[in-house]
Amino acid sequence: MPNSDRKPLLLDFEKPLAELDARISQIRELAEENDVDVTDQICQLESRATQLRQEIFGSLTPAQRLQVARHPRRPSTLDYVQAITDDWIELHGDRSTGNDDLALVGGLARLEGRPVMILGHQKGRDTKDNIRRNFGMASPGGYRKAMRLMEHANRFGMPIVTFIDTCGANPGAEAERLGQGEAIAYNLREMFRLEVPILCTVIGEGGSGGALGIGVGDRLLMFEHSVYMVASPEACAAILWRDAGKAPQAAEALKITATDLLQLGLVDQILPEPVGGAHSNPLQTAATLKQALLDNLAVLTQMTRQQLKEERYQKFRKMGVYTQLAG
Amino acid sequence: MSLFDWFANRRKSNSQVTEPQEREIADGLWTKCPSCGVLTYTKDLQSNQMVCLDCGHHLRIYADERVQQLIDPGSWLPLDENLAPTDPLGFRDRKAYHDRIRETQDKTGLIDAVQTGLGKLDGLPIGLGVMDFRFMGGSMGSVVGEKLTRMIERSTRERLPVVIVCASGGARMQEGMLSLMQMAKISAALERHRATHLLYMPVLTHPTTGGVTASFAMLGDVILAEPKATIGFAGRRVVEQTLREKLPDDFQTSEYLLNHGFVDAIVPRTQLKKTLAQLIRLHQPYAPTPLTTHAHGVYGGSTTSSVNGFTHVLEQTEHLPDGLPLRLSAEES
Repeated sequence: MPNSDRKPLLLDFEKPLAELDARISQIRELAEENDVDVTDQICQLESRATQLRQEIFGSLTPAQRLQVARHPRRPSTLDYVQAITDDWIELHGDRSTGNDDLALVGGLARLEGRPVMILGHQKGRDTKDNIRRNFGMASPGGYRKAMRLMEHANRFGMPIVTFIDTCGANPGAEAERLGQGEAIAYNLREMFRLEVPILCTVIGEGGSGGALGIGVGDRLLMFEHSVYMVASPEACAAILWRDAGKAPQAAEALKITATDLLQLGLVDQILPEPVGGAHSNPLQTAATLKQALLDNLAVLTQMTRQQLKEERYQKFRKMGVYTQLAG
Repeated sequence: MSLFDWFANRRKSNSQVTEPQEREIADGLWTKCPSCGVLTYTKDLQSNQMVCLDCGHHLRIYADERVQQLIDPGSWLPLDENLAPTDPLGFRDRKAYHDRIRETQDKTGLIDAVQTGLGKLDGLPIGLGVMDFRFMGGSMGSVVGEKLTRMIERSTRERLPVVIVCASGGARMQEGMLSLMQMAKISAALERHRATHLLYMPVLTHPTTGGVTASFAMLGDVILAEPKATIGFAGRRVVEQTLREKLPDDFQTSEYLLNHGFVDAIVPRTQLKKTLAQLIRLHQPYAPTPLTTHAHGVYGGSTTSSVNGFTHVLEQTEHLPDGLPLRLSAEES
């Protein structure tokens, strides 16, 4: 889990909260020094802080949610693996491109005793780690590794659990040379062929094709403050508004939040986060995730191979909104 | 009116008639090649399928022209022509999406960015999808996804090979995540098509990028591309700007993809129909030229399993031309 002893990184809309918290501790210190009883005042201020926190996090704009989803302390794939599984063993390499993509990790683990294949984008915990992991932007090798591991799971009849957390697939020249488009496309098609349960969760940022490349599943879960988008609001604003500064408007217009996507029928379940976001209480968040995974796996593992494939097909078959013109 | 005024007026009225056009194709008598600048008589250019006679540049063509070029006259059965886009997100950038749709529809006469249908290509029945770059950059929203999916599903039912001519900037942002999910939906339909051993061939034309590249454009059993088309996942400018990398000149072209193993062949437009037909025929079950009036007795049939069949084969070999019945003569000995 991210180290909570460090000073928390503040998002701009959290500033009033931070100020309030600072005032509370100031008063507490003063009271201690002067030996005055201020319990009432502190109680009052603390309940105000709680209320304010709930208000702020209850009414985040899409652009603010994006900030929470991208929070550097937000729990990542490996954090959740550590918190909710036993027997984890990471597996490496796609056996073809000649290196191991650290932006997309995978391996075997037990979830309450049941062996599962876990895959997920992995952002770095600090700058150095981020450079190693290319900020969670996976390359063709990453998607091919994911496919190799999913094939493995299919062969041994294990459910697949994926964690989506990327701002997008690596857009670099090397990635293009190695066939970024083909690598993602191949996964999209082949994931419909697999006959084991596939359970996908957007834990942070779901960035376009890079997210979908491990996102074709029987169920799609989303954390409350996570986002899933066809293009990053920055890119969208640059293209449609011709002004990257319009990113907040683009975030609003693109309908990227869990509630929006639930309404559009693209997401199956929203997982609540602690007030203050997943990073404010990672262990509680992990427990929520674990329970949701177990609940969904309980249902999916009862289904036959054919049923799984058919329902996965129908789930995506329904997606899309259009109209039939008369005549 | 002085002669000077006359010229000035003429210039003015001319410029009003030929208002600035985005598209490369002029409706006029003469068309200027955007690559080499040579003026060609438009009819000559059209009869060369809009490939410059001078430099071989492939000018952009519209979906209906493509259908005409590939499908035998009178055999085209368009599908789902009435499927139209809506504005599910209430999207508004500098302009509201539903206004943008209406304007583009009025301007182009198209309903959305793809035409689908069944038809015969050199006598071979196929399912065909053709994207049209005129309609919002050929972007893929719900309608493109649904029409292609329906066409692929129908082709699977009717056991037809599928050809999709791609020309698209990628997923349509104005339909948000619904557009992204079309990538999965189409790929799902292609998986079923593939599972029944049917042939799928995308043809990549200028440009094929983004979500289209990351889904059906790259899922062909055989992938063809037009010469010098831009084909890639991330846009060239994105690659350059975000990562400040110097890119080779031919980066993300058909030729680059061929060299790196991601397309099977680059086929000039004038050869496309012939090549597709050749490929489809190569995938048809092998049936040697009928030799006698017997209905069976060919390779892959039930000829070798039974004694009767075997004698049958022996009888037939007498009529076969030299060199052909190699396998049969081995059985004979």
